[in-house]
This record gives sequence, C-alpha cells and structure tokens, in this order.
Amino acid sequence: MGKPKEAWATRLGVILAVAGSAVGLGNFLRFPGTAAQNGGGAFMIPYFCALIFVGIPVCWAEWAMGKYGGQFGFNSCPGVFGALGRRSIWRYFGVLGLLIPIVIYMYYVLIESWCLGYAWLYLTGSLNLGDDPSRYVERCRDAFNSFTGAGQDGLMMDGRIHVSVLVWVLVFGINFCLIYRGLSRGIETFCKFAMPLMALCAFAVLLRVLTLGTPNPALPDQNVLNGLGFMWNPKPVDGGGSWWTALAKPQVWLSAAGQIFFSLSVGFGVIINYASYLKRDDDVVLAGLTASSTNEFFEVCLGGLITIPAAFVFLGIAGAQATGTFDLGFKTLPIVFVYMPWGNFFGFLFFFMLFLAAITSSLSMLQPAIAFLEEALDIGRRASVTLLGLITALGSLFVIYFSKDMAALGTLDDWVGTVLIVVLATVQVILFSWVFGVERGYAFMHQGAQLHVPRLFKFIIKYVTPAYLLIMLGMWCYRDLPGKVDVIRAQQVPFLAITLIVTMTIFLLVLIHLASRRWNRVEVQPRSVVEAEGTG
Amino acid sequence: MTPAGWVFMILSICFVVGLIAFCFIRVLCTPTSAEHMHAPLEIDTHERT
Repeated sequence: MGKPKEAWATRLGVILAVAGSAVGLGNFLRFPGTAAQNGGGAFMIPYFCALIFVGIPVCWAEWAMGKYGGQFGFNSCPGVFGALGRRSIWRYFGVLGLLIPIVIYMYYVLIESWCLGYAWLYLTGSLNLGDDPSRYVERCRDAFNSFTGAGQDGLMMDGRIHVSVLVWVLVFGINFCLIYRGLSRGIETFCKFAMPLMALCAFAVLLRVLTLGTPNPALPDQNVLNGLGFMWNPKPVDGGGSWWTALAKPQVWLSAAGQIFFSLSVGFGVIINYASYLKRDDDVVLAGLTASSTNEFFEVCLGGLITIPAAFVFLGIAGAQATGTFDLGFKTLPIVFVYMPWGNFFGFLFFFMLFLAAITSSLSMLQPAIAFLEEALDIGRRASVTLLGLITALGSLFVIYFSKDMAALGTLDDWVGTVLIVVLATVQVILFSWVFGVERGYAFMHQGAQLHVPRLFKFIIKYVTPAYLLIMLGMWCYRDLPGKVDVIRAQQVPFLAITLIVTMTIFLLVLIHLASRRWNRVEVQPRSVVEAEGTG
Repeated sequence: MTPAGWVFMILSICFVVGLIAFCFIRVLCTPTSAEHMHAPLEIDTHERT
C-alpha cells in the first residue's frame, strides 16, 4: 500500500470531531422532551447511571477497538472487526458499521438542510406567521409542510424550484467538499471552528431565554423559573404520588439509557473509524471521556435549559409538552420566536446552531464509508468520494421524493437510526468482551492512558452492557416489531424504504467480500518493515 | 421551581461542568504523542481463514 495514511493533526481535534459527531439535534430537541416526560429532575438519576454504566463503557470499548484495528492499517468497521475477531466472518458483521452511517446520512442531510433553510428564513425575515396569534399553530405547521413537502409525495420534484431543494444541494455539496479535503484538513479543521461557534450560538440563545422573565404580565405563571421547573422539578410519571415513584418505572430507566445511547453516537460505526486514526500513545480513555463529557455539556447544560423553558414561557404547559424532534423544533419553537423580542435574530442563531450540530454529525457519517471504499477497492479519495456521493444522493432523493408524512424518512430512522444501532452496539460489545477478550481489551485500552479505568468496567462491559442491549432489543421485538412489519406489508413507501436498506446491505456485503479476498491475498511483511514505513 | 428542582438542576450541571473541566484540563496540559501508529495493510492479522 503506497498511499499515505491519514491521521489526526491534534488530540483536541479528534476529541472535537468525535464530540461533534455526538452532538446533534437530539441534544437540543430530544433530550429535554424525554426528560420532562419521564420524571423531570428525577429522570437525571437513571440518566447519569446509564451514562456511567452503559454509555461511557461502550464508548471506551469502541475507542479501543478502533485504535486496535488502526494498528493493522484498517480504518473501516469490516477491517477492524476482522482484526479483532481474527475470522473472516467478523468482517461481514462490519457491514452494519457502513450501512448505518450511510443510510442515516441519506435523511440526516435533509434535516440538516431544513435547519440551514430555517436559519436563512429567519435571517431574511421570510418566515411570517401573520398577525393572528390564534392561527400561529396552523400557519407554523403549514410553513413546515410547505418547506419540507410533507403534504404530498413528489412535491419537491414537481418541476418548480424549491428553496428547500436548493438548500439541500448546498448542504450536500458542503459536506462532500469538506470530506474530500480529508480527515485533518476537512473534518478536524471544520470541527475546530464549528464546535466553539455552536457553543457561542447556544450560549447567546441561553442568555436570551434565561433573561426573558415574565414576558406577558397577564400570565404571571408563565415565567422563566416555572419553565425551568417544568423541565427540572422531579415529578411522578403518571401524575400521582411522590416523584420517587418515577424511579420505580422500568420505562423511565430504559428511556434514560436509550437517550444516553443515541446521544453519545455509540453503535454508529463512527467512533471506531475515528479512533483508528489515532497514534500509538494516544490516550483513548481520556479522549473517550472528554468527547462524552462534551456531548453531555451540550445536552444537559445547554439543551436542558433552552428549549423547554422557552416554549413554556410563551406557550405554557401545552407548548412545553410538545415532544419529538420535529414538533418541538420546527412547529413549536418558531411560534416562540414570534413572541420573543429580537425573535428573528435568535431564531436565526438557534437554527444555525442546529445546523452546526447537524453538519458535524453528518460529516462523521461519511468518513467510515470513504475509508472502507479506499481500503476495499484500493481507490483514491476522489473516486471514493464520487462513488459515495452518488449513492447517498440517490438515497437522499428517495427521501425527498417520498416526503408525504415523512414516511420514507420515518421508516429509515425507525429501522436503521433506532434498531440497527442497538444491533451494532450489541455485536461490538460481544466482539470486544467475549471474542477479543475483555482482559486483552482492558490492557490495550490502557496503552498510553493517563487515567485508570476501574476494574468494575470489565464486569460491566462483559455482562451488564450486553444484557442491557439484549433486553432493549427483546423489548423492541416484543412490543414494536409486529406493528412495524404490518406497516411494511400494508404501505408502499415503508416497503420501498426497507427495499433500499436491503439493497444497500447486499451491495456492501459484496464489497466486503471483494475486500476480504484482497486483504487475504496481501503478503505478510516483517514488523521491522512496517515500523520503518510508519516512522519514515 | 421547587427546591428539589433546584437541587437536581444544580447538581446535574455541576457534575457535567466538573467532568468536562477535569477532562479538558488533562487534555490540554498533557503533551501529545508524536509517533504515528499506522502500519500498512500488509501486516499479519493472524486471521484464521
């Protein structure tokens, strides 16, 4: 292999890139709603337990797996899995680490373009909800449906030029320009600027929200303190009894673990890819903990103080109860910005912040597939970027075309963005702790590490985490799977979306097979040659 | 906002801020390693094929 290997330029760069991958729309829109629904402040007890006992251990395992695979020259999930499992079959399990980021990118880039589109609408003052407050909800919903084409399939491709499609083209192009520049010059450099800028935007919006006071004297209860109380006061889930009862609900603990799981971006195949570019003495323990804590900062300290209190102050309990990423972000908060002084400016800041959160995530979704195409087909970056661009553009156009009620987007998110990431995390944890060996993994993790991971980690990663993940999967199969299958059988768009997933899986499996044959043909070289090349 | 709400909010924020401060101080105060780790693909992975 004569091609120069990519690497991170700085340790801070890789941490910000991983944190940028983890910080996304869920930090600002999903977390507050989930917390408020599941016991408010009481939710934070299972939430932090899940962070300490599930989230961070899985993160550390992924970092260690990636770094281990990297020392064999592998940067993609199939290559890393093969190096860890030492059997070809493990390479095929690595298909999940390619499929997940590629398919999620197909719809995530669309949501990202909505964020930038809304930021533009606020900057230019084009999002007008009219003068009649009683029609704000209806007009806000109409504006969103019109912008996204949620009312009818094919609306975005009816021959006319739609702003949202133009923004999608722009965002798609920005992503691929950055990814083409490479790991250090593209992703790392961008994240070094984007992450502080995102924090700056978030702090500005937070300052505005916390200084709102009581904007409507006729409604004195709708003030900032009560808004914070709606989010943070511990309360029972079903409305009766003490807040302690919330902790007795298994659903609350599962929701907390689910939130941590999805928020930290574990099971995406991204951390493994990013960690594979680390240097010999890089500290995966500290890097993993720092990236996780950065994600938590955006989620708890910023996300937990902005959206729900803002919605409560202007719209009361009804507004604050809007949950779900799209409802809270695109149908509720625009009404908040109408009432808020300097609403257009803060609306722009908020949606621009969401755009930055989204683009740092979407960039990370492309790199694993780029690395794999380069490794599997032995092609250059230009060819791999072009091939991946073509594939993801087709997938994204599929989501844009079948826009009615976001059926295509919802199906892809349900199956890939929700279920398959749990499946991949389960595969990873089993591979790390049972196949590779938790003792070896624990020892490898500490190479170059300043922090010492408690020995309890070994027990957690070997028994607790797999059990938890299998319970999650089992509950989903028992509770949700029959309904999802019925939907696929009965409706055309979900069926097509599943067909897309299956087609992509087969395509990637064929590529892994070709890559596997190529890797098996490669001759063994002495370690001294390898080291001479590595340091030369 | 009840006293319990204040307690949960302040403790949560303090925990996260403390954790991130600890991590970034350690990251920024420790010299980075210089040696590149990658080996080319030609290395033996000991795979049983």
